[in-house]
Amino acid sequence: MAEIFTISLIWSTIRLTTPLILAALGGMFSERSGVINIALEGMMLAGAFTAAAVTYAFGSPFVGLLAGMGAGLAIAAILAIACIRYRADQVVTGTAINILMIGVPGFLSGAFFLSSGSTPQIPKEHLIPWTPIVIAFALVPIAWYVLYKTPFGLRLRSVGENPEAADAAGVPVARMRYAGVLLSGILAGIGGAYLSIGQSSLFTRNMTSGRGFIALAALIFGKWRPVQTMLACLLFGLTEAVTIQMQGVVKLPSGEDIPVQFIHMVPYLLTIIVLAGFIGSSRPPKAIGIPYQKER
Amino acid sequence: MNLLRELIFPLIAVVAAFFVGGILILVIGDNPLQAYGLLFGSAFSWPVGIGYTLFYATPLIFTGLAVLVAFRCGLLNIGAEGQLYIGAFATAWVGITFAGLSPWLLIPLCFIAATLGGGMWGAIPGVLKARFGSHEVINTIMLNFIAVALLSYFTQYHYKTPGDPIMQTVPIGEGAHIARLGRFIPGLPEFIPLNLAFVLALICCGLVYLFLWRTKWGYELRATGTNPSAAEYGGISVRKQIIVAMTISGALAGMVGINEVLGYRYRYYDGFSDNYGFTGIAVALLGRNHPVGVIISALLFAILQRGGIPVDAFTEHVTKDIVQVLQGTIILFVAAEAFFRGPFAKYGLLKRSKV
Repeated sequence: MAEIFTISLIWSTIRLTTPLILAALGGMFSERSGVINIALEGMMLAGAFTAAAVTYAFGSPFVGLLAGMGAGLAIAAILAIACIRYRADQVVTGTAINILMIGVPGFLSGAFFLSSGSTPQIPKEHLIPWTPIVIAFALVPIAWYVLYKTPFGLRLRSVGENPEAADAAGVPVARMRYAGVLLSGILAGIGGAYLSIGQSSLFTRNMTSGRGFIALAALIFGKWRPVQTMLACLLFGLTEAVTIQMQGVVKLPSGEDIPVQFIHMVPYLLTIIVLAGFIGSSRPPKAIGIPYQKER
Repeated sequence: MNLLRELIFPLIAVVAAFFVGGILILVIGDNPLQAYGLLFGSAFSWPVGIGYTLFYATPLIFTGLAVLVAFRCGLLNIGAEGQLYIGAFATAWVGITFAGLSPWLLIPLCFIAATLGGGMWGAIPGVLKARFGSHEVINTIMLNFIAVALLSYFTQYHYKTPGDPIMQTVPIGEGAHIARLGRFIPGLPEFIPLNLAFVLALICCGLVYLFLWRTKWGYELRATGTNPSAAEYGGISVRKQIIVAMTISGALAGMVGINEVLGYRYRYYDGFSDNYGFTGIAVALLGRNHPVGVIISALLFAILQRGGIPVDAFTEHVTKDIVQVLQGTIILFVAAEAFFRGPFAKYGLLKRSKV
């Protein structure tokens, strides 16, 4: 076992946790304002593809990162307009965005790069392996401060808990929800960008492989609070890091590899258990999922 | 007038999605008319195109019905993906384990396994919601991932032919194979995997209709969906209805396994589902959560899936990803129906219906 728990495991955990923290904190702003965000996966894919494509085209990872944020923002705008302006079902819209974002990167890369769903390789000097990590971990205290210590955070939480009362008190419900959802797009966009131009050096088809959903799980496991959510992300990042390190190293007494599948299940099982209230209770924002209509 | 109102928004959503898709195709430098011509031309060619289109429609009818039943009870089942995997593996397990049995016994057993497997996996979020009040959307998402991991484990470590590089189980017994429709329909070659599961899917549409609109149980389930507190007041156990609806929903999703395992591959193939569970949400929604609507919209999505292949091959730039783009856009427009209602109400073409 000793050969697994090394410095490289810590690094690997931090790298695997970074996109989760970014997406999960994004999801937190959206869900705290009352909009369920299962489109994190799609937003990350948009960010990952756009960041890689733009970095490849312009040779600047910072332009790429900005473009990734913009792509996440654009996808979030679709979710926000459909769910807030047109009161569409939030889960269904999120699902639509996820399906759309499986297709769009492949469609565009087929057109621009004549490939079947991936961007060309980006040279090593054009990658940003560090900046997103710093952003992610620095965002945790910032998110905490914004959410609990600023008028913006108070308003955001109030429209997610009791929009009628917030409205009566003069809080613009729709505007706060737009802010929450759009913030989630920007953050998930950075998370996606990190996958393609930080951790890796190109975009590949469906490269998020469910990380948007793990981030959602971490958000619930962390009870929709910034610090707990970060800890949940670290836990899920660690399980992934351990599975990667274990492969081919640690064997069962019978000489076979330990089935990684069971470790993959951990985040999802924990989320179900926490949501059912077995380990403390995880209570979602009260008005989550309910479109708000101003009384006339 | 009512029927027209039911039909008009799904229709507008589909047309709008094709319009958006057309613009995208134009932007990347291809001819949208040519692409759409290829798409529909291939899907409607006899016998191969139509055969494959109906084959692709089969799982979508099952998952569409699954989403429909849950939805009528006020639940959103986005776990059909996991439920259909469990159903498929269960049916394959029976087909492998009892391979020696006579087909008259083995096939019914396989059917039961698919239904029970999916039903059980659907019941879990039902029980969790009824007992602990935890949201079925989150739990079904999580259970999708758990199902995939669990079955990948069983496939890899217990049911694979040793040395097989492909993640698939050993084949099921021949007694468990169900007939392909090519055997009964002249001119339809038997290499097309369209099989009896398609007929079963149509039968299920009828059964779901009868159950929901012609039985007391169906009434109770729908009453729960329409107004849970009124239902509770009227003596209906909402908790029981939630569990019943999720179990039936899961069972219907599980039947995808009959089409996949007993009628097509004759084994469990890891990760076979092409997002059938998620497309089922689109199918149910576009079909206005009615069994007839489900058949029609399943056919539409099947046409897209089939037609995507020649579009990929015979256009300059368009890849088969256009299918997902169109699917996603259709769901988006169906979900945000108010987007179209606005202008209609404005010009007095339709009265705004009560939401």
